[in-house]
Amino acid sequence: MLTLSILLFPILAALLVLAVGGKQAKQIAFLGALVELGLSGYAFFSFVPDATSQFAFDYPWIAAGSIRFSAGIDGVSLLLVVLTGLLTPLIILSAFRHTYERPAVFYALILFMQAALMGVFTARDAFLFYLYFEAALIPIYFLAASWGGENRIAVTFKFFVYTIFGSLFMLVALVYLYFKTSTAAGLHSSAITDLYNLTLSATEQTWIFWAFFIAFAIKMPVFPFHTWQPDTYVESPTPATMLLAGIMLKMGVYGVIRLLLPIVPEGVNLWGTTAIVLSVIGIVYGAIIAIRQRDIKRLIAYSSFSHVGLMAAGVFSQTSYGIQGALVQMLAHGINVVGMFFVADIIASRTNTRLLDQMGGITRYTPKLTVYFMILLLGSVALPLTNGFVGEFLLLAGVFEYNNILGAIAGLTIIFGAVYMLRLFQKAMFGKTTDITTGFKDVSGSESWVFIPLCIMVFWIGLVPNSFLKLTEPAVANLLQFIK
Amino acid sequence: MLSIILLSVFGIVLLYLGFLKSRAVLLPATLFFILIALGAGFLEWNKSYLYFGDMLLVSNTAILFTGIVLVSAFMVVALSGDFLDDEAAQPAEYYAILLFSIVGAIMMIAYENLIMLFVGVEILSVSMYVLTGSDKRNLRSNEAALKYFLMGSFATGIMLFGMALLYGAAGSFTLTDIKGYIALAQGRPSLLLYMGVLLVLIGMLFKVSAAPFHFWTPDVYEGAPTLFTAFMSTVVKTAGFAALLQLLSVAFGAIYGFWWITLAVITGLTLLIGNLTAAYQDSFKRMMAYSSISHAGYLLIGLAALGQQSKQALVFYSLAYSVATIAAFGILLVVAKQRVSDGRPDDTYSAFNGLSRQNPLLAFILAVSMLSLAGIPLTAGFWGKFMVFSAAIDKGMVWILVLAVLMSAVGIYYYFRVVIAMYFREGSSTYIQVAPFYRFVLIAATAITIILGLVPGLFQNLM
Repeated sequence: MLTLSILLFPILAALLVLAVGGKQAKQIAFLGALVELGLSGYAFFSFVPDATSQFAFDYPWIAAGSIRFSAGIDGVSLLLVVLTGLLTPLIILSAFRHTYERPAVFYALILFMQAALMGVFTARDAFLFYLYFEAALIPIYFLAASWGGENRIAVTFKFFVYTIFGSLFMLVALVYLYFKTSTAAGLHSSAITDLYNLTLSATEQTWIFWAFFIAFAIKMPVFPFHTWQPDTYVESPTPATMLLAGIMLKMGVYGVIRLLLPIVPEGVNLWGTTAIVLSVIGIVYGAIIAIRQRDIKRLIAYSSFSHVGLMAAGVFSQTSYGIQGALVQMLAHGINVVGMFFVADIIASRTNTRLLDQMGGITRYTPKLTVYFMILLLGSVALPLTNGFVGEFLLLAGVFEYNNILGAIAGLTIIFGAVYMLRLFQKAMFGKTTDITTGFKDVSGSESWVFIPLCIMVFWIGLVPNSFLKLTEPAVANLLQFIK
Repeated sequence: MLSIILLSVFGIVLLYLGFLKSRAVLLPATLFFILIALGAGFLEWNKSYLYFGDMLLVSNTAILFTGIVLVSAFMVVALSGDFLDDEAAQPAEYYAILLFSIVGAIMMIAYENLIMLFVGVEILSVSMYVLTGSDKRNLRSNEAALKYFLMGSFATGIMLFGMALLYGAAGSFTLTDIKGYIALAQGRPSLLLYMGVLLVLIGMLFKVSAAPFHFWTPDVYEGAPTLFTAFMSTVVKTAGFAALLQLLSVAFGAIYGFWWITLAVITGLTLLIGNLTAAYQDSFKRMMAYSSISHAGYLLIGLAALGQQSKQALVFYSLAYSVATIAAFGILLVVAKQRVSDGRPDDTYSAFNGLSRQNPLLAFILAVSMLSLAGIPLTAGFWGKFMVFSAAIDKGMVWILVLAVLMSAVGIYYYFRVVIAMYFREGSSTYIQVAPFYRFVLIAATAITIILGLVPGLFQNLM
């Protein structure tokens, strides 16, 4: 029942926000998100670390009960549920500093988005997963296209059509797999665990591998499917960008772990190297472009593209290190990237520019912002004792185990990451003060309340990674049995 | 087949009601008649029997398709309030013709004898020719009617020729007899039969506007008064597909190997032409015409992959498509009236600019319709596509499926242009007022779309 309440509560909260509307909208939305955080926190602390799906909920839905509304939280889902639960209230709080037109709709859409994301991460039925996977697009599309920047219509349209296009292939693969299953009663089954047990020929595995891969690769995005990403991140209003980069791109990585690897292990053996090579190209390519960026938001967008490449590579290495690393890194990256976008938003809205060359010397006026920024930045560049280190270390270990050379190239991410992040910090925060940065106001109370939890998380994951790793380990081990 | 008799009588009654001075009674009377016919149809639920000298077959499938036709007709009539204000219009005659055309549609759905199919097609088609041209003073409406009439008659002729050949081969017009003949011939039926199958198929495919027999569709849809376009694109299509399903599954089921390739090629063509051309349209109405072609393509997948899934898939898809289409045309009717260009209502995409501010409810309804037609999850349209795709996978028709998936992505492009116009483009800021009953019908259509999207199983229990 806990899972069901996690799934339904944001919808209720969103409807309440719509019903009350007006000035109270944001407070109610924030409160709703806090309750949801409480629910997911409860799941986190009462989760028993084994391979089972817990707090499960199961209800016959369609086709005489062979497609079920079935959801639960296992070790793989848990961290993402926690991530979604944690980030949504912070994203809502970070939006408080702006006044958006039609606030009720704006905040309700964020909550709808949260409901859909929770659904993706807890679904135990393949079609339920697909439904949520698609449903998540609609609120984010309207968020980005209604409140975004100048070029928003064309950019978000590309994003929408591109991602739906990808997931249609997954739908075909899922329907195909569904008809492959058979249960005792002569019916089919779409439970994800039933799909794991299918025996598929090498040709079938190849086709299904690519159908899944395209869907998830567009979502993450993996090179060369990333062209929608930088523009969409830049044009979206910051809360939507945070949702996209912080949580939504994890849907792709999660999908690979949950569906692709265990269903078509043979396909991964055949094509996994291709996938890793593409991911590694993405790492290097994204990082090099990030180094050259002048626009802060765009820089963070490319850094996010580079980081997710490493996660994809780690996952496709099919090693326990790689998958565990990806799970922790998803949590860590979500936290860091939301923090970074918030810093970018604060700087951009106070200086009215996002261009790095026009900034400088902000640190003189802002001791607090400097500290928060530095902590998040160190997390992003994977400094030991921060959250990024744990994830990236495990991911790199996984890729190394798979192939030394690819591992070495992927390892460049740490160096490149340090280059573009420190360059960002240096250009924005140090140097000479310019006209627009003179008298820069330090972070206010409510802004601090976004940063503080994020910074705590950076250190918590960095210092005691085991409190997270021990939760995911049995589930990952269980998944690996299907993969091997 | 109580509904056939009732509707015929009601049609005549309506003609007499036209003599009344007050036109106000016509609309509620028509709606009432349709509801009675709907109720009468469901009285025969679970009673499968032949009727009228073995000419018609009453079955649950037929009742479901009839139900979809009647629900669509109910909605179209309910949205027709404007006729009553139009001095030049003859509402009594329009409504009577609509009821008669439904009789034709029901005959197409429930026929057991090919003669009945022919009579049904003719009743429906002739009614549609008249209604298409009902905007008498409009040149385009006249052109559309003439075009539809000429090409339609030609197609009917081909179909009739095919029926004659079938009779020549099997010695009977009855579906079960033709089936018996094919079984008896043990895989070597006469050439006449194969010719007959193809010609009848061509005739029917014309009616459901499958490519390459689709050329009339955009012009006719654009020229006809919007309300009748809505009727045409839902009722005619549903009846046509019900007839094809009956024909292919009952009579020609045993020679599946012969016709499925033809049908699969036509399906592919229809999907390609419908979707790619729709993407280039500037007029919403023409886009909807091509979209109706593309939906004919998706429905044809269900037929080309004829199997256990097909019936359910077609019923569900027809319903999902019909309610979404009617809601879309219903909103076009309201919106197009606001802006007149060249003496005609503006039916381009730009007519929808800023609708979300002019009337958020209408914008929401149209958005849901567009999402459903595009096949986005949580709408009925998604499950319709899902079922059709399932049928294809069950038969291993992966290539058609890949094409259909690619074309769905194209579909998202042109349906979303409407959503973008409504929500993200600037338009005038005058509030658009809608009559309460009109609004109610549109909300009902949206409710069906969303409820079926959330619990598609609700409907499956009827199958």
